[in-house]
Formats: sequence, C-alpha cells, structure tokens
Amino acid sequence: MNGEAYLGILTFLGTGGLFLLVTFSISKALRPDKPDPEKLSIYECGEEAVGNGQIAFNSRFFVIALIFVLFEIELIFLFPWAIVFSDPKMIRANGSAWTGLAMLEMLAFVFILLMGLVYAWAKGHLDWIKPITVPTETKSSIPNEQYQNINIKYSGSIVKENNIQA
Amino acid sequence: MDIYFILGKLILIVIIFAISLLTAMYSTYGERKIAGFFQDRLGPDRAGPWGILQPLADGGKLFFKEEILPVNANMALFIAGPSLSMLTACMSTAIIPWGTYLDIFGTKFVLQVADVNIGLLYIFGVVSLGVYGVMIGGWASNNKYSLLGAVRAASQNISYELAMGLSVIALIMLNGSLSLAEISRNQGESLFGLSGLNWNIFYQPLGFLIFIVCAFAECNRTPFDLPECETELVGGYHTEYSSMKLGFYLFAEYINMFVSSAFMAVLYFGGYNYPGINFVEANLGHNAAVIIGLAALFAKILFFIFFFMWVRWTVPRFRYDQLMKLGWQILIPLAIFNILLTGVGIMLFDN
Repeated sequence: MNGEAYLGILTFLGTGGLFLLVTFSISKALRPDKPDPEKLSIYECGEEAVGNGQIAFNSRFFVIALIFVLFEIELIFLFPWAIVFSDPKMIRANGSAWTGLAMLEMLAFVFILLMGLVYAWAKGHLDWIKPITVPTETKSSIPNEQYQNINIKYSGSIVKENNIQA
Repeated sequence: MDIYFILGKLILIVIIFAISLLTAMYSTYGERKIAGFFQDRLGPDRAGPWGILQPLADGGKLFFKEEILPVNANMALFIAGPSLSMLTACMSTAIIPWGTYLDIFGTKFVLQVADVNIGLLYIFGVVSLGVYGVMIGGWASNNKYSLLGAVRAASQNISYELAMGLSVIALIMLNGSLSLAEISRNQGESLFGLSGLNWNIFYQPLGFLIFIVCAFAECNRTPFDLPECETELVGGYHTEYSSMKLGFYLFAEYINMFVSSAFMAVLYFGGYNYPGINFVEANLGHNAAVIIGLAALFAKILFFIFFFMWVRWTVPRFRYDQLMKLGWQILIPLAIFNILLTGVGIMLFDN
C-alpha cells in the first residue's frame, strides 16, 4: 500500500522534472541570444557594483536560524506525540489517566524548550532594530505644531504614535 | 498492481499538473482583474474577450525574451534556484485528496496521487525545501540586493514555519492521523444533524487563524512580501533573473498560493465534503457525490485564492521588525497556547 504511494510521488517528481526540462529547452530554442558586457553586468540601480555580491550579512539572521533548529526539533518530537495523544487504543489500554499523563509529559517537554525562547527573548535576540524616523526640516512660515494638530485631528491612532516617537 | 492502476495514476498526475499550472496562470489574470476592480479601473482587457488570453500572451512573452546570465553568477546554482522553487511548489499537490474514488465501469479510480500515511510531515518537508530555491537563486546571482532578499526570505520562512507546524499539531491531536485522506474522511461526519459538516474550523478557529497568517508569510505574499520588496531591494531575490527563469519564480509563487489554499480547504474547511453529502450519495449515486465534492473543493480553493488577493490590495506591507515580532513573539506563544487549549478540550470532552 505505502510502496505504491511513494511510487506515485516518485512519478510525480519525474513528471515535474520532465516539465522543467521541456520548458527550458523550448525557451532556449525560441529566445534570442546577443550578450554584451553591459547587459551581463550586475544590476545595482545603475551604479557600477562595488566588490563581491556574496558579502557577509547581519549575524542576527544566524541567531534566528539557531533558534529555528531548536524549535524544529521540538516540532518533530511533537508530531508522534499528537498522534498517540487521542489514540482510542491507548486510552482503552491505559484508562482515562492516559490523556492527562500524555498532556503532562508534553507540557514538561515544551516548558524546557519554552525556557529557551524566553531566554532568547530576554537577551533581545528576537528584537529586530526598529528604523529611526527623522522628520525632515521644512522652512515654512506655518509653525510645526499646526501640522501636528491637523494630523492628530484627522487621523487614527497610528499617526499619533508616530508623532510621539518623533 | 496492474497496468490500469499505473495508467490511471499517470493520467491523474498529468491532470493535476495541468490544473495547477492553469490555476496559477489564471491567478495572474485574476489578480490583475481584482486589482483593477479594487482600484476602480478595468484591468487587462485587450487580449481576447475581457482580456481572457492575457496569461497566454504573458507566458509567450517570457519564452521569447532574451536570457541574461550575469558574468559573476554561479551558473549551475543560478539555474538550480528557480527549478527547485518550481519543483517543490508542484510537489505538494501530490498528496492532496481531491475526492474519495470514482467508480468507472467497476474499477476504483482513487482521486489522490499518493495517500502517504505521513501526509502532513511530507508537506512540511517539501515546503521547507522551497526556502532553498529562493536562497540558492539569491546567493548565486552575486548581487547584494538579491542576497539580502534571499536571506530575508529564508529567515521569514523558517520563522513562520514553526508557528504553522505548531498550529497543525493541534489539528493532529484532534484527528489522530497525519494522513490527509483520513483527515478529510473525519470531516465528512455529521454535525448539527447535517452530514459532511464536521469541519475542523469549528474546533480550531485559533489554529486556523495562525495557519492562514503563516501561509501568507510562507508564500511571500503581501503583507509579508519583504523578500521582493521593490521599494527597498530593487526586485529582491529575482533581481538578476530574466526570461523563463524569472517566469518560474513568479509561477512558483502563484502555485504556492494555489497549494496553500488547497491545504487550508482540506485541513480546516472539510476538503471535498459539503453539507448534505450523504443525501446526495443516497439519491444520485456515488460518482455524482464525488464530482460535486470536487467542485466544492475547487470552490473553497478559489475563495481562498481570492482572499489572498483581497488582502494584497487591502493591507500595506509590514516592516521587518514588525514581521519578526509577529512571528516569534506573538504567533509561536499563541500556537503553544492553542495546543494546550486543544489538549484540555479533548481531556474534558472525550473522557
């Protein structure tokens, strides 16, 4: 039964690969091919690209990836637990105490991992840097407070918050 | 295993491929028409009646465009990126149950390519692979904007994958199975005296809310389209792409949308079940009930695709810190709370 199912998936993968191959070949046969150095250069808003594109980036992404691995493993352990949790066979074999016990065990497990999340949270690894908004100076005969009064008068809470931040 | 079985599966696979590609194509048309409607204009209306041939014209254009392979790009990975994106997007459709089975001249014709008993784990495996398509493509382009877009996509997808997985755990606790066919079957039981209305949404409203938010983030759709945010990153991870490879990236996004709509319909909204399915089966026969069920499933899928577009033209984009905050500090604790709630509920009502 299951062997057949995976054969189906394999056939699906094969069909997908074939589709990609056919589309790429048709596209290759139809399209023009006239490269020149200008065309082949990297597009960075018309500026000439400085240095290599594969630069080192913000290490925050790395911390996020680490926490992700931690939680993904938790998730994998939760899948089989969720299946046996409401399994009638297990409930019949172990009496009504089964669900309570299973729930308690899972809570202990999740609690330990949740501590990890709380730790990362408290350390500030989950707080991304907020952009700092600097209001532009305008030379106008109308004082700034007038504008702010109008903004507050005709807006919801969002603009008010921004004004407080500014 | 006989020859008819394999032939039937092959036909089904080709039909599913055709349908998902067609839906993806016409989603682009639908998106532009709906955008037009929301912004009080017509949308595409030149190619064919009501512009109905527009997706074909767009597809043709992608075939005829010159392809530009940047000099510094890593060629093998540059091609692998969009291919992987496209392939993983299509792969998830393999396990969607489109119906129980059709009875054609006494032969059972099962309307599902593969009924794997680890269905939901399979989805998570395939969806996780989708990140590689974007990441590889963005890195191989050797462009700073592409790399930044790709890194953003990767970190966004992994953040929201967790909350999505946790919300699905609560669903598995209710159904006691990972198989999508069985989850669909469970939802066919009667509720309020009406058969085929035992949908999971009535038991898991919070879980569904978390799931749909995460689905938006996984598909890189507005309000979570930061990986290709044009005001900050030129074009995001596909800045350097052109011709059919760009087409594959764009296509993969629309197929992902179709697939996640299908999963929302199957997991939470009863799949192929509809109110009164037993009545139809008793009066009009099995095949009629299955075909109406297929139509019902497609109606649900199309509604969710419409919902994706509705949100796109209504809600503005998140800022990156807001995105991370929502994923890690709101959705994950909320999803764990949902598991707790479901567990307590099962303990109270089942014992």
